Amino acid sequence: MAKLVKTKVEFEGHIREEEVVVERDDLTAWSAASPMTHVGEPRPRIDGPARVTGAAEYTSDVRLPRMLWGVVKRSPHPHARIRAIDTSPARALPGVVDILTHENCGDISWYDESRLLDSTVRYHGEEVACIVAEDEQTALDALDLIAVEYEVLHHVVDIEAAAEPTAPQIHPGLKPGGNRTAEPSTYLRGNMEQGISEADVTVAASYRTPCALHSSFETHGSVVSWEADELTVWDSTQNIFGVRSGVASKLGLPLAKVRVISRYMGGGFGSKNDVGKYTILAAIASRRTGRPVRIMLSREEEFLSAGHRPPAIVNVELGAKRDGRLTFIRARSLSTPGAHGRGGFQVCGPFREYYQCDNVETVQDAVYTNTGPACAFRAPGYVEGTFALESAMDELAGKLGMDPLELRIRNHAERNQPRDMPYSQKHLLEAYEQGATAIGWKGRRDTASPTATGGRHAASGTVRGIGMASQGWGGGGSPPSYALVRLNPDGTFDVMTGTHDLGTGTKTVMTQVAAEELGVGMDRIRITIGDTLTCPYSLLSAGSLTVPSVGPTVRAAAHDAKRQILDIAGSLLDVDPGRLSVADGVISDSGDSSRTVSVDEIAAKIGNYMVIGKGARGPNPSDVSVNTFGAQFAEVEVDTSTGEVRVLRVVAAHELGRVLNPLTLSSQIEGGVFQAAGLALMEERVLDPATGRFVNPNFSEYRLPTTFDVPKVESLFVGPPDEQSNNTGAKGAGEPPIIPTAAAIANAVSSAIGVRIRELPLTRERVLAALKERR
Amino acid sequence: MIESMKSDAIRGPGRVPVRLKVNDREVELSVEPRTTLLDALRQELNLTGTKRVCDSGACGACTVLLDGEAVYSCMTLAITCEGRSVETIESLTGSSADAPALHPIQEAFIAEDGYQCGFCTPGQIMAAKSLLARNAAPSHEEIRRGMSGNLCRCGAYQKIFAAVGRAAHEMSGEG
Repeated sequence: MAKLVKTKVEFEGHIREEEVVVERDDLTAWSAASPMTHVGEPRPRIDGPARVTGAAEYTSDVRLPRMLWGVVKRSPHPHARIRAIDTSPARALPGVVDILTHENCGDISWYDESRLLDSTVRYHGEEVACIVAEDEQTALDALDLIAVEYEVLHHVVDIEAAAEPTAPQIHPGLKPGGNRTAEPSTYLRGNMEQGISEADVTVAASYRTPCALHSSFETHGSVVSWEADELTVWDSTQNIFGVRSGVASKLGLPLAKVRVISRYMGGGFGSKNDVGKYTILAAIASRRTGRPVRIMLSREEEFLSAGHRPPAIVNVELGAKRDGRLTFIRARSLSTPGAHGRGGFQVCGPFREYYQCDNVETVQDAVYTNTGPACAFRAPGYVEGTFALESAMDELAGKLGMDPLELRIRNHAERNQPRDMPYSQKHLLEAYEQGATAIGWKGRRDTASPTATGGRHAASGTVRGIGMASQGWGGGGSPPSYALVRLNPDGTFDVMTGTHDLGTGTKTVMTQVAAEELGVGMDRIRITIGDTLTCPYSLLSAGSLTVPSVGPTVRAAAHDAKRQILDIAGSLLDVDPGRLSVADGVISDSGDSSRTVSVDEIAAKIGNYMVIGKGARGPNPSDVSVNTFGAQFAEVEVDTSTGEVRVLRVVAAHELGRVLNPLTLSSQIEGGVFQAAGLALMEERVLDPATGRFVNPNFSEYRLPTTFDVPKVESLFVGPPDEQSNNTGAKGAGEPPIIPTAAAIANAVSSAIGVRIRELPLTRERVLAALKERR
Repeated sequence: MIESMKSDAIRGPGRVPVRLKVNDREVELSVEPRTTLLDALRQELNLTGTKRVCDSGACGACTVLLDGEAVYSCMTLAITCEGRSVETIESLTGSSADAPALHPIQEAFIAEDGYQCGFCTPGQIMAAKSLLARNAAPSHEEIRRGMSGNLCRCGAYQKIFAAVGRAAHEMSGEG
C-alpha cells in the first residue's frame, strides 16, 4: 500500500528530505543469526559464461539491419565562435548520408546555457558536427572534409587562473570576479575563533589532486532505432530511466515512446549517469534518414568529452590539543566543473564528517574553465577531500609526536555531526584494529615522525613505509525502486527490475537475494535488468545505491510472490499458510513435516494463472544515518635514486553491513584500490595552458595501472549486518574502497622518505624533488 | 582560421580481397588496405567478442591469436593476414548450442571472478591462452609478466592472476 512519507535521500554526500510516495516494506531485516543458503555465499557471476565467451552483447556490439555509423566532429580550440561550416565536400563523399551542424539540428538546449550543437565552443573536443555514413571509415573520412571557420577566443584552463578577476570570461553573464559557477557553498558549526584559541598545535597546508579520467573500457555511445514514432535506444549507461527522461525531454517525446536498454556495459564509474549528446545526435540523424544510427565515441573522444574527476585544490587548517583532540577544522576547496559540467561535488564532506570536532568551517568553491565537462567519478569529491584531510591528519600527528592511527582513534566521531543524529551503526574502530593487525602497524618504521628511530636514509637504494587513511561515505540507498517476480508454469521465476550491472555483479547478487527469499535454487531464476520497457523503475546505479536500494526491493517482490504461493499451498494442503515455509523448492508444514508440496507442483497446477510478486523499496529510517566506514593501510617501497614508488600491499578493512557475495564484493574492493593507486601514482590529464589543448588523450600517455603496478590487496569485511539500513542489512560498496587509498599511499610514502608530498600523482619527479628538499 | 581541407587521396586504392582462416573457417573478405584485423572481425565478420577499447595498441582488449601468437588486432592490418589463421574468443567455446562447453581458461575466469565489466575479458583470455601455450606452468611473476600487455580498468588483476594460475593447473591435468 502506497503512502506519502518524508524520507531522507542521500546521494554522493548530498542529503535532502523528500516527501515521496513510498510503499510499505513490512519485512524485518535478515539478522546476523538468520540461516542463509544463497546470501553471503561466494557465488560466481550468473552471467559469467556470456562475459567469457564474447556472447554478451554490449551497446557497442549492437548491429541492426540498415544501420548507419555516426561520428562527431569536435573543436580543436578551447574557446571559439564558429563563423562558418562548409559541409559540401563531405556530403559529396560517396557513402555519406547526412550531416548535422548547429544550423540544422534544431534548437535543443544543453547544460542550461548552451545547445546540442552550439555556435560557440568552450573546450577542446566540444561537439561541432555529426556525420552519418554507410560505414564507419567513410564517416571518419568525411570528418576531415568538413571545413570549419573559427573565430578563436581567449581561453583559460587552469583553475586558479580562471578564478582571477581578469580571466577570460567563459560564459556571458557571469558575475565579475572570475568564472564562479555559483556562490561558494559554505558550512559552519561551532565557533571557529574559540576552536583556534583552544589549539595547542596547528597545521596548515594546501593539497592538490589531478584531473583523472574514468577510462571505462567501453566508451560512451548509443545505437538508436525508430519504429514509426517509437524510439529504442541501446545505451552504455548506468541510468536507463534517466536517459529515457532525458531523451524524451530533449526530443519532445512522451516517455511511453522511448525505450532505453542497457543489458551489458563495459564500465561507467559515474561517467554514464546522464543522457549524452551522442544519443540525441543519433536519434535526430536516425529520424532524418529513416535508418538506425550507431554512435560510439572513440577513445580520444572519450578522453576529451566524456567526463572526468576534476582537479581540486584544498587548503586545510587543523588545530588540536596536546592530547590530539581536534579543536577546529577549516577547509576551503577550489575545483571546476569544466566549461559546462556538473559541479557541486562534496570535496569538503570528509572535513565535516570524519572526526569529532565542535568547530568546523568549510567552503567549496568552483570556477568554469575551458575544459571538458566534469562528472561524477566514483566517490566524487570525497576522494579529493580525503586525500587532503588524511594527509593533514598525518602531518598533525607528526607535529604532536603521536601515532597517526592513535590520533584518529582519539578523534573518533560517534555521531553524524552535520546531520546531528546517530549512525545506524559504526564499526570503524574495528576496521582500524583489524587493518592494523593485518598490515603489521605496530612494527612499522616511521621515519616521518621526529621521535622515530632507526629510519635509514640511504643516498640510494629503497626505503619502505606504511601509511593509513580513513573513509566515510553514504551507501545507505533509498527509494524509489521497484521489482517484479513472476512464477512460470514450470516452477521457474522471472525477476525484473530496472537496475544496471556495470561489472559490479548486480544480476548475481540480486538473484541470490531472490533465491534466498523464495527458497529455490538460483538456477530457477532468470533476472532481467536494464530495460525501461520490461522492468519497473529503479534508481540509477551510482552513489553506491544499487545493493542497498534494489536488494531490499527484490527481496520484497520475492516475498510477495512467496506469500501468494504459500496461500495457494495452504488451500491445497488445507492448512494455515502461516504455518508453511519453503526451502529448496519444497513447501512444508511446520506442524506436520509429512505434508509437503513443491513449488513446481503448485506452478504446474495453476498453469498460466500467474503469481506476480511486487516489491518496493521502503523508506529510510528517519532517526539514524546509514553510512559506510573503512580504513585502508598501505605499504610502499620508494626507490630513492629514481623516485619510483611501488605499492606492495594494501589492507582494505570496510564496514559495509551484510556481505551478499564475498567473491564479487572483494572484486569491487580490489578494483577501487587499484583505480585509486592509479590516481595516487600515475594518472593525470595534461593540459597545455598556451593552447588550451588536452595533450595526453590516450592510454600511452595517460597511464593506467598495469599488472606491474598493482599491489596485493587484502579485503576485510568488518561488522555485522546493518539491520536498521534495509531488509537485507547490506550497504553499498561501489565507492567506499576508492576513497582512502590515495591518502594511505601518500602517508606511506611520507613515512618512507620523511618528506610530505602534497600533490598527486606521486610521480618520480615529485618524489625526487621532495627528497632533494629533505637533504 | 580555416582548417586545411584534406584531399580524398587519403582514401587509397579501395577494397582489395584477402583470404584468411578465422576460427578454422576459410573466409574471403574485401577490405581496404588500411582496415585493421579488429575492424574486419567486428564489422565484416560480426565477431563482436573481440573488443575495441584503445584502438592504438595500448590496452590488449583486442587480443587474438594469429598463427597461434597473441597479437593486438587493432595494430594488425587485415591484408597482412592473407593465408594465416586467426583465433578469436568465439573459437574457444564448444559448438553445441544448448550446452556450450567452456574452455578451462574461461571456467577459471568465472570461478575466480577474474573480471568485472567483462569488456577486457576476451582479450585477457586470449592472452592467457597464448601464455599457457608457451609456458604450461607459469609462476606468479611469469603470469604478471605474461599478462602485462592487457589492461583492466575495473582492476580485476589480482583475480586474473588467480584465474590464469587455476587454468594452468586444470589444463596440466592436475585439477
